[in-house]
Amino acid sequence: MNRLIIKIKSIVNFYREGFKTMSWWGRRVWIIILVKLCIIFLVLKLFFFRDFLDGKYDNDEQKSEYVRDQLINSK
Amino acid sequence: MIENLNLALVDWSRAQFALTAIYHWLFVPLTLGLSFIIAIMETIYYTTGNEAWKRITRFWMTLFGINFAIGIATGIILEFEFGTNWSNYSWFVGDIFGAPLAIEGILAFFLESTFVAVMFFGWNKVSRKFHLLSSWLVAIGANLSALWILVANGWMQNPEGMVFNPETARNEMVNFWEVLFNEVAIDKFLHTISSGFLLGSMFVLGISAWYLICKREEFLAKRSILVAGIFGLLSSVMVAYTGDSSARTLSRVQPVKFAAFEALYDGKEEAGLVALGILKNSDKKIGETNQKEFAVRIEIPGFLSVMTGGDREVFVPGLIDLVSGNPSRGIMPVSEKIERGRAAREFLSDYKEARKNNETEKAGEISLIFRDKDFNDNYFRYFGYASIDKPEEVIPNVPVSFYSFHLMVILGFYFILVFGLALYYLFTDSLPKRRWFLWVVLCSILLPYVAGESGWVLAEMGRQPWIIQDLMPVSAAVSQIETGSVMTTFFMFAVLFTLLLVAEVSIMIKQIKLGPKH
Repeated sequence: MNRLIIKIKSIVNFYREGFKTMSWWGRRVWIIILVKLCIIFLVLKLFFFRDFLDGKYDNDEQKSEYVRDQLINSK
Repeated sequence: MIENLNLALVDWSRAQFALTAIYHWLFVPLTLGLSFIIAIMETIYYTTGNEAWKRITRFWMTLFGINFAIGIATGIILEFEFGTNWSNYSWFVGDIFGAPLAIEGILAFFLESTFVAVMFFGWNKVSRKFHLLSSWLVAIGANLSALWILVANGWMQNPEGMVFNPETARNEMVNFWEVLFNEVAIDKFLHTISSGFLLGSMFVLGISAWYLICKREEFLAKRSILVAGIFGLLSSVMVAYTGDSSARTLSRVQPVKFAAFEALYDGKEEAGLVALGILKNSDKKIGETNQKEFAVRIEIPGFLSVMTGGDREVFVPGLIDLVSGNPSRGIMPVSEKIERGRAAREFLSDYKEARKNNETEKAGEISLIFRDKDFNDNYFRYFGYASIDKPEEVIPNVPVSFYSFHLMVILGFYFILVFGLALYYLFTDSLPKRRWFLWVVLCSILLPYVAGESGWVLAEMGRQPWIIQDLMPVSAAVSQIETGSVMTTFFMFAVLFTLLLVAEVSIMIKQIKLGPKH
C-alpha cells in the first residue's frame, strides 16, 4: 500500500514539476486548450449541438420508428 | 417531412461538415508525420549519445507540442455534428461507427495523452530509454488513432461486414474483421498516414531551409534536412504507391468516382490517363446534365487501362456506361438499381405495416429476408437508389473531382523531386549555396496541406450523392433542423477555427524565430 502511495505521489510530482517549469509557449497553449474546451463543451455542445434524436424521443424504439419512416419516405 | 427536402439545409450541413473537417485536417497530418520524425531523431540521440541530437529533437518537439495542443478536440466537433445535423445517418450506421470510434478514443487517450506528458515533462526525469519509448508510443498512438477513423470512413465508401436490422433501422456489425480489413480502409489508412509523414517532412525541410537562408542554426538545419529528406523521400514514394493501389481499388468499388476524376464519359479499352487537362462544357448530355469535355489535355495512351487492370486491353467504364448501363460489359444501368433499391425499401415499408398491425409472424419473416445473402447482394446493396429520381443524379461534380485528383497527383510527383534534390544537394554539400532551392523548399511547406485537402475533397465530393456508398444519399441522412441554426454554427466554427489557426501559426513563428536555444 505504501509503495502504491509513493508511486502515485511521484506521478503527481512529475506532473506538478512539469507544469511549474513549463516554457512560455507551454503556458500559452494550455490557456488556448482550456478556452477552446470551454467553448466546445460549455457553449457549442450545450446550446447548439444537442443530439437531435435524443431531444425528440425518449427511447430507442421511438428513434428506430422515426428513422425507419425517414428511410421509407426519403426522396 | 423529408419529401419536402430543404436543399439549403443539406448544403449548409455539408458545408459545415466540410469546413470542420478541412480545418481539423490542418492540424492532424503534422502530428502524424512530425511525431515519427521526432522519434527517429531521438533514436539517433539515444544510440549516439550526441547531445546535439537531443537539442534538435527538443526543438522539433516544441513545434510538435504547439500543433498537437492547438489541434486537440477539433475532431470532437465532427462527432457533435453527426448527432445533431446527421441524425438519420448516425442512427442508420449504428455500432459500425461506434466501435471504431470508441477504440480510437481509448487508444488516443491512453497512448497519446499519457505519453505526450512524458515526452515533454520527462527529460532528465525518466530514463533515456523510457523517454524514447514514450516518443515512439506517441507516434504509434497518433497513427493508430487515424486507423480507426479511417476504418469508419472506409466503411462509408465500401460498406461491408454488416446486416441491416429493420426492427432497429440500424446496420449491425456481423464481421468485425471485414470492417477492419475493408480494402478501401486499408488503402486509405496507408495513403493518409504516408501523406502525413510527407507533410511532416516538408515542414521540417522548409523550416530548416529558412535557417539556412538566414545563415543561422546550420548544424540543426543540415541534420534535420538529412532525417526529413530521407523520411520524406521514402514517404512520398509510399504516397505514390498507395495512391496507385487506392485508385485501382476505387475502379472496382467506386467506379463512378473513378470515371469522374478522369472525366471519362465513354468507356473504352486502351483508355488513356489524362496527365493534365482543362475541362469545358459540352453540348452532349447525360439525362438533363451537360457533359464536360477537354479543351486541352495531355494524355498517356493506354495507361488508365494498365492502371486499373494491369493490361492495355482492359475495358475502363465511363460515366455513360455506369449510368445508362452496358450489357455487353455486364454493367447494370442506374435505372435497374433504382428499381432494386425501391424493392428493398418496399420490404421495409411492409415490415413497418406488419408491426403496426401486430402481425408478428409476417414482421419476423421480413426480418429474415434482410439477413438473406441473396437479398443483400442483389437488392439491399442498392437501398439508397430508392431515393434517386434521375439516373444522372449519381454523377458527382466532375470538374471538382478531376481537378482535385490531378492537383494531388501533380504535387505528389513534385514532392518526390523536392526531397530527392534536397538530399542530393545535402550530400554534395552545396545546399547552403542553392538559395533559390532553399526558397522553393520554404514556399513548399504549404503544398502538402493543399495536396492532403485535395485528396479529401476528392474522396468526399467524388462519392456524392452518397454519404454511405449506394446505401444512403446525403439527402436522406440529414436531420430536419432549422437551416438558420446550421448557418449560425457554420460561421461560429469559421471564426473559432480561424482564431485557433492564427494562434498556432503565430506561436510557431515566434518559437521558430527564437530557435532551439529557447
